[in-house]
Formats: sequence, C-alpha cells, structure tokens
Amino acid sequence: MKRRNFLALTGAVALAPALPAFASSGARAEELVNAVVNDINRVITSGKSETAMIADFERIFARYSDTSYIAAYAMGADGRRATAAQKRAFSDAFQGYVARKYGRRFREFIGGRLEVKGVKQVKNWYEVETIAFLRDEAPFTVTFHVSDRSGRDLFFNMFIEGINLLLTERTEIGAMIDRNGGDIDAMIRDLKQVS
Amino acid sequence: MLLFARLNRAAAMLLVLAFLGACAGANSRDLSPDGINDPYENQNRKVHAFNRGLDRAIVRPAAIGYSTVLPDEIEDSIGNFASNLGQPSVMVNSLLQGNFRGAGQSALRFTVNSTLGLLGFFDVATEFKMADHDTDFGETLFVWGAEEGVYLELPILGPSTARNATGIIVDLFTNPLSYVWDSPEKYYGTGASVASGLSTRGQFTDTIDSILYESADSYAQARLIYLQNRRFSVGDSEAESEIDPFELNTEGF
Repeated sequence: MKRRNFLALTGAVALAPALPAFASSGARAEELVNAVVNDINRVITSGKSETAMIADFERIFARYSDTSYIAAYAMGADGRRATAAQKRAFSDAFQGYVARKYGRRFREFIGGRLEVKGVKQVKNWYEVETIAFLRDEAPFTVTFHVSDRSGRDLFFNMFIEGINLLLTERTEIGAMIDRNGGDIDAMIRDLKQVS
Repeated sequence: MLLFARLNRAAAMLLVLAFLGACAGANSRDLSPDGINDPYENQNRKVHAFNRGLDRAIVRPAAIGYSTVLPDEIEDSIGNFASNLGQPSVMVNSLLQGNFRGAGQSALRFTVNSTLGLLGFFDVATEFKMADHDTDFGETLFVWGAEEGVYLELPILGPSTARNATGIIVDLFTNPLSYVWDSPEKYYGTGASVASGLSTRGQFTDTIDSILYESADSYAQARLIYLQNRRFSVGDSEAESEIDPFELNTEGF
C-alpha cells in the first residue's frame, strides 16, 4: 500500500514538469503559426514592390523555419556526396528560390486568413492544423509541422490539402540534379536562375 | 434503340469489372520511398507530353479566354449547374460507402439547388450554409478496400491511378440522371462539365502553370502532387511516409 503510494507520488512528480511543458509547447506551436501569418499579412499589405516583398518573405522564411533541415531534406541522398561548400551554397540558393517561388503566389493570399483548428503532438514534433480562407476559393486545409530540433520552435514542413512541401521540393531538386547529369554545382546555378 | 444502349452499358460494365480484376491482381502496394508505384512510367510520360501539348495549344488558351470573355456570374452559374448535376452521383456513391450523412447532404443540396436555385444555376445551398459533400466511385473503391493500383496518366483527363481510372468509368454509369434523360438533354450536363473544367483551369492558372511549365520535371511533379492530394481527400493515410525531423543529418546545411 505504501509502496503503491510512493510509486504514484514519484510518478506524479516525474509527470508534473512534463505536463505543463507539453501544453505550453503545443501553445507555442500555435503561436508560431499566428506570428508567421501576421508577418506575411504585414508584408502583403505594405504596398511594397514585388522584389521588396520577396526579400521580406525570404527573411520571414529564414526566421521561422528550420532552413538547414529543409535544405538537407530537399537535397535528399545527393546531400551525402555534397561538399561543405556545396551544402552552404545550396542552402543559400534554396532560401532565395523558396522566397521567389512562393512569394510570387502570396498575392492570392490578399484578404485571406488562416484559422488554427488544433494542435497535436506527433512523435517529437507538433502538427498545427489550419483552415485557409481565401477570396473566391473554397476553404482548404493547411497543416504545419513544428519542431524544436534546433533548440527553437521552427517550421520544418507544410502540407496544403495533403500536398507535402518537403517531398515536392525534393522531387524538384532531384529533377534539377538529374537534368544536370548529377552535377550539384550546376543544379545550384540553375536554382539561382529560377524566378 | 434503347435496348441497344442498355446492351452497350452492360458490355462496358463487364469491361470495367474485368479491368478492376486485373488491377486488383497486378498490384501489391509496391511503393518507392516517396510513395509512388509507377511501372508504366515510359508510357505515362508519353501521355504526359501529349497532355502538356494539348494544354499549351488548346486548353490553357481556351480556359483563359473563357474566363476573360464570360462575366463571372455566368461562369459561376455554369459551374453551379454542372456541380448540381453531379450531386445524384455523389449521393449514390455516399450510399455505396455507407455514408448516410453524406448521402443526405447531397440529396438535400440537389433538392434545394434544383428548385430554389432554378435548376441548379444558383448555389442557394451554399448561401444557406448547408454542408457540402463530394465523392466519387474511386473513393467508393477505396472504402471497399480496393488497392490504389499503379499510377496512370490518362489522355486529356490527366493524372490518375488504376483505382481512380476505374472509378471514372463507373461514375459514367452511377449518375442516375444519365438514365432519366435521353439525348440531347443528356449532353447539357457534359457540356456544362467541360465548361466548368475550363473554368477551373482558368481559376488555377498560376498553380497549374507552375507545375506544367515551370518545374524541372513536370511529369514527376504532377504525379507527386496528384497522388498526395488524392490520398488526402479520400483519407488514405497508409502510404503517407512520416518524416522525422530528428532523423536527418543536417550538418553543413
């Protein structure tokens, strides 16, 4: 009887710090989504030129997402044979590419909003499910994955109606490497050209 | 004449069933790490090249023209009309899936839009905030446990899988309206569907263009995007590969 109480007590003590931490990291993941949506909206409504907006988007991407993870994933197996200099150059080029590719599309977001539906823990990361309401479009699901792998809460993936951004970009980068006969430097040059 | 049409239908159904059997036999879920099962890639790529040419020469300009020339209200009305005619098929498929709630939603939607919405030209149901439900025979097959099968790019229709291609053929017969009407009324629906397809191509021009004309390998992009989106919409999470952020070497990036 005593032993049981003791176990229950130690169990509770062990769990006690974990519980609020769980709740707060879930809440932090949600906060991160709200923060990024606010930042994006601020850029969209700023009335700046498209080039200036894309530069802003690149800063937002660098600030809120796990860029080294995303770049490493996008390069896939080819990353294993890349030199340190190639990895660095790829990461930089990739950030600009993402900002241009998706930044150009953010005008579709004008007047739109994301509503957070819920946050859940999946293994060691958080999944934030949101519904996007855009003008002239039926609402659709956008899911963000957030982890603190780097020591900070950062996005490492996004899904639009089930379409996985990491896989999409890995396919794209893989195709660019193939197109260049496996030459990583040539792929990086290509990546910088893509508008 | 009518009998002949029925016979044709029966023959087509048999073909479908045979095809379904073949699909079921030919595939265990043999997926690559990216969740892709594409043994006919060579043929598919040829069809893709054809579809891309067709889009560039005809569909894209027609879609942009259609969206530009027609006032938005008329474009919406044609889209509403087409989607309303699809509701009975949604209802039948919902029933086949045992989804009575979905069947009720589409029945109600069809009734309201066909009457208050003046034959479906106005989407009154959405304005009444009535729930929308969409499904097809491809999803019914998924619910029944049929395998997804191989990836296929169909001429004109684009990305599909063995399971969904079968669904598309069966859906030509599961719409009860096609049994109620004789020609030429029957073709109003087809015409409206083509028009609303153009309208969609026009509305999503930027997205579709970026896949078809701006990606390094438009075939691979279209395949990946289609498969993931389709699995998401039917709720097939089996093929989804989870990516663990802690299991990748990011050193140097």
